[in-house]
Amino acid sequence: MELNPQTELAAGKAEKLPVAKLHIAQYIVAAVLLVLSIGLWRLEVVSADNFRALAQANRIRKVPVMAPRGRLFDREGRLLVDNYPSVSCYLLREQIKDLNADLPMIAAGLHLTVEQIQAAVKRFQSAPKYQPIPLKQDITPDEQAFIEAHRNELPELETLEEQRRVYPRGGFAAHLIGYVGEISEEDLNKEKYAFYQPGDVVGKSGVEATYDALLRGVDGSRDVIVNSHGKEIGQMGETMAIPGKDIRLTIDLDVQMAAEKAMEGKTGAAIALDPHTGEILALVSRPTFDPNEFSVRLSRSYWNEILNNPDHPLLDKAIQAQLAPGSTFKIIMSYAGLEENEAQNLRVMCNGGATFYGHFFACDKRHGMVDIDHAIPWSCDVFYYTLANKLGIDTIAKYADALGFGERTGVDLPDEAAGTMPSTAWKMKTFHEKWYAGEVISVGIGQGAVAATPLQLARAIGGIASGGILHRPHLVFPDEVPPDQLEAIHETFPGSGEKTVPMTSENWQIITDAMAATTVTGTAAASHLEGIDFAGKTGTAQVMSHAALARSGGGHKTVPNAWFVGMAPRRNPDIVVAVLWENGDWGANSAKLGAQIINAYVTKQRRRENNLRIAQAAPPAPSGVATPGQNGEPASPEGAPQSN
Amino acid sequence: MFRLSSYRDFDWVLLGFVVVLSVISVLEIKSATVHTKFHGFDHKQIGFLAIGLVLMFLISMIDYHRLLDIAPWAYGISILSLLAVKVAGQKVLGARRWINLGGGIHFQPSEWVKLVLIIVAARYFWNLAGKELSWRDIGKAVALICVPMGLVLTQPDLGTSLTYFPILVSGLFLGGIRPKQIGVIALMVVLLGGIAWKSGKRLKPYQQARINAFLDPDSDPRGSGYQIRQSLIAVGSGGIWGKGANKGTQTQGDFLPIPYTDFIFAAFCEEHGFVGAMGVLLLYFLILMRLIQNAQTAADLPGTYIIMGTVAVILFQIFVNIGMVVGLMPVTGIPLPLMSYGGSSILFTFLALGIVMNVRMRRFVN
Repeated sequence: MELNPQTELAAGKAEKLPVAKLHIAQYIVAAVLLVLSIGLWRLEVVSADNFRALAQANRIRKVPVMAPRGRLFDREGRLLVDNYPSVSCYLLREQIKDLNADLPMIAAGLHLTVEQIQAAVKRFQSAPKYQPIPLKQDITPDEQAFIEAHRNELPELETLEEQRRVYPRGGFAAHLIGYVGEISEEDLNKEKYAFYQPGDVVGKSGVEATYDALLRGVDGSRDVIVNSHGKEIGQMGETMAIPGKDIRLTIDLDVQMAAEKAMEGKTGAAIALDPHTGEILALVSRPTFDPNEFSVRLSRSYWNEILNNPDHPLLDKAIQAQLAPGSTFKIIMSYAGLEENEAQNLRVMCNGGATFYGHFFACDKRHGMVDIDHAIPWSCDVFYYTLANKLGIDTIAKYADALGFGERTGVDLPDEAAGTMPSTAWKMKTFHEKWYAGEVISVGIGQGAVAATPLQLARAIGGIASGGILHRPHLVFPDEVPPDQLEAIHETFPGSGEKTVPMTSENWQIITDAMAATTVTGTAAASHLEGIDFAGKTGTAQVMSHAALARSGGGHKTVPNAWFVGMAPRRNPDIVVAVLWENGDWGANSAKLGAQIINAYVTKQRRRENNLRIAQAAPPAPSGVATPGQNGEPASPEGAPQSN
Repeated sequence: MFRLSSYRDFDWVLLGFVVVLSVISVLEIKSATVHTKFHGFDHKQIGFLAIGLVLMFLISMIDYHRLLDIAPWAYGISILSLLAVKVAGQKVLGARRWINLGGGIHFQPSEWVKLVLIIVAARYFWNLAGKELSWRDIGKAVALICVPMGLVLTQPDLGTSLTYFPILVSGLFLGGIRPKQIGVIALMVVLLGGIAWKSGKRLKPYQQARINAFLDPDSDPRGSGYQIRQSLIAVGSGGIWGKGANKGTQTQGDFLPIPYTDFIFAAFCEEHGFVGAMGVLLLYFLILMRLIQNAQTAADLPGTYIIMGTVAVILFQIFVNIGMVVGLMPVTGIPLPLMSYGGSSILFTFLALGIVMNVRMRRFVN
């Protein structure tokens, strides 16, 4: 081969190849490739695990799977609270490229305001980035379609099917059941909620709040494989959600219904419990509210309605109203007097009032000569003025305290009020004043500083009805709750708990007989239930002093509160009721309400007994017929109603 | 002038390495695009490779001295074509880099300018052979490279314009630049670079962002840092053995940007791990060593210069591309020779290799 003669430049050049430099070039090549190899070694060998984790995080998105909240049933397994599937929209912060740019679009598509979204994002500032922010619950099919249609532009939006709380009976038993809502920032800082995340739905009141840990279950998650646009392209694994526990309440739907009906249109509370166990059979507070309004989105108008209602619908009057118990307190007085051997032989002449310590204390009528057997059914104030004067405040307080006055009962509901039972020590501690002997007179008829909740009253009467055994009132059967949680709940809601107070059977006999007379010939005679042996005591509590009443010029709110406590059957009662009808005017009015509740209970018990007898008389029972007494109904023989 | 018997001297070993790398490239492009709208690019790549092979054989028939002869003309045409791109080029993603030749063929002049510059530089430094490089000589050489470089930079195409630079360095190195001159130039580059960086007007915002992202990838994980971050994750998560062909989660999940062109090595590393990556680096090493060997046995200086210009460009592209993929270099759009998808890049490489073959086949002439 020859050099092309046209290549003029080639001519006459003395050429020496730069051999040394070419050697250097080889080293340069080797060095460059070595540097790259080290870079690869560093990434693929040294830090591989780290990058593998990053790669996982990159493409694996944890989609929470909400555990369905446990349902609530009454004691016979009848549904009180359920869940329904609903779709919520969440914001995935890891997917956000430019939120500010997307905000107007998201707001328009979800029918929210830009401010609402910004507020939601702000609330989650401190939460870990992978945690989705709930933007809107219970979205409409239209809004769902919007999210689907804009998956590419708005990869940060995600829908999630959830279980929403539904209260099929609306305001029915709303106070004892409570309601759920998104956890507040304040709650998140509490130790109890240490493992909760912003956005979690928690019980806010009632059983929903108390048993939240049990009801909520454990949320699961799905590990979804996504591409860089956030589009789901597969699934890796799944941590199953553990559904919340279904809980059976001690509530008896029939009794509850009767109580709800009795309290319809009134302000106040009604409570029914089993004095043998402390199981609450019914708990009603009026006015009520609709917990459904809280579980999805609380509308401003509904919230305002509740806030502006002077009767405070959210207040559970059964455990939070602290009012003078009026003449119902005479039961406690009688107990104290009998145990102190002061009441048995006390005879008092009632001339429509009496003077103590220079003040005239009125009675509502002239009862003439009154002893304990008549003082209870007639509700003679003079008798109890006298008895109180004999006992003195500290003796009264001793017995009242034993029966749980001035102290929380420890019921498994949040925010129970303690009430007040005055004593010399109490007055010194509270007002730094000494007790004046004369002050005991009005305490004797449940006025003055005495204040009790309907639940306290029901429990105290239950203690007397059962011959001196007081139980911790509760809404959930203890065997439904793991022991450690039950213990935690008892610690959270401390109270006087279980206890026995001394009571002789003679004294028990005297009080219950007198209470039985009350419903026959006494102040509650109008509520007499034919064929039902029940006992009770009315109470009419002034809401203000006579002088204040005169100044106020009357009006609805000045009308006395009407109380009634009752039990059935008289011998060994298995239901105790306490009714408070605020401004109900006259204890006898409440007695009618209490009688309705007792009637419903006793009628049901009798029907049950009959069915049981029929079933036992005609074996074998056809299959498919429910046996009465199942579902853990305490089939105690002493629970059987007795007739007179 | 041209005899078929010359193909005894054709570097079949080098071609073997190149073909192996090309096959790897096709398989990786297939894997990286299988679930995307770029599905089928592997077939196109095979087409480019076939054309590249044909062109390689064709250009190896033309004596490289001929190419040296026409170099000044080619240089002039290069400048004109780059100006043509500025005027008539097709605008893609905000940059004018291509001339539409019709029939779906887009010609990227900046790639073929690379080839022209290799030959022009060889001719230029050959002319200076035997004498010491004066400042004037160096200035001319810099001007020779910087005119097309400047034009490409304004397209804007920082990546390709940078690939012209190693041609200059190679020429100066082989042409006998003195250490003192290197020192002065280095000082000037640092000063000018500093001034340019300060003024900030020289770089487009996205270019500045890329450099910022390189310096601190976590500063903007969704923006410029995104590519580097995703690339590091892809490579690192590949581990020693890789996730297997078609199983790279970052590649298949569309996390890795452009996994069939600039980031193809990241995709490859994810699926074939450190072992696979070392295999590819070994192939590059063998190819480059083979090229330098050919440079050592060239018949004359221009032959050596041409080969070493090619070596410089290929090495530079490997360093910048893989360096970018493993986070040692900022993101610049430089394809990985013989691996990245793309006609212009493949044709340049094969044409350059064709000229190298040419030099080798004529090594016994002088």
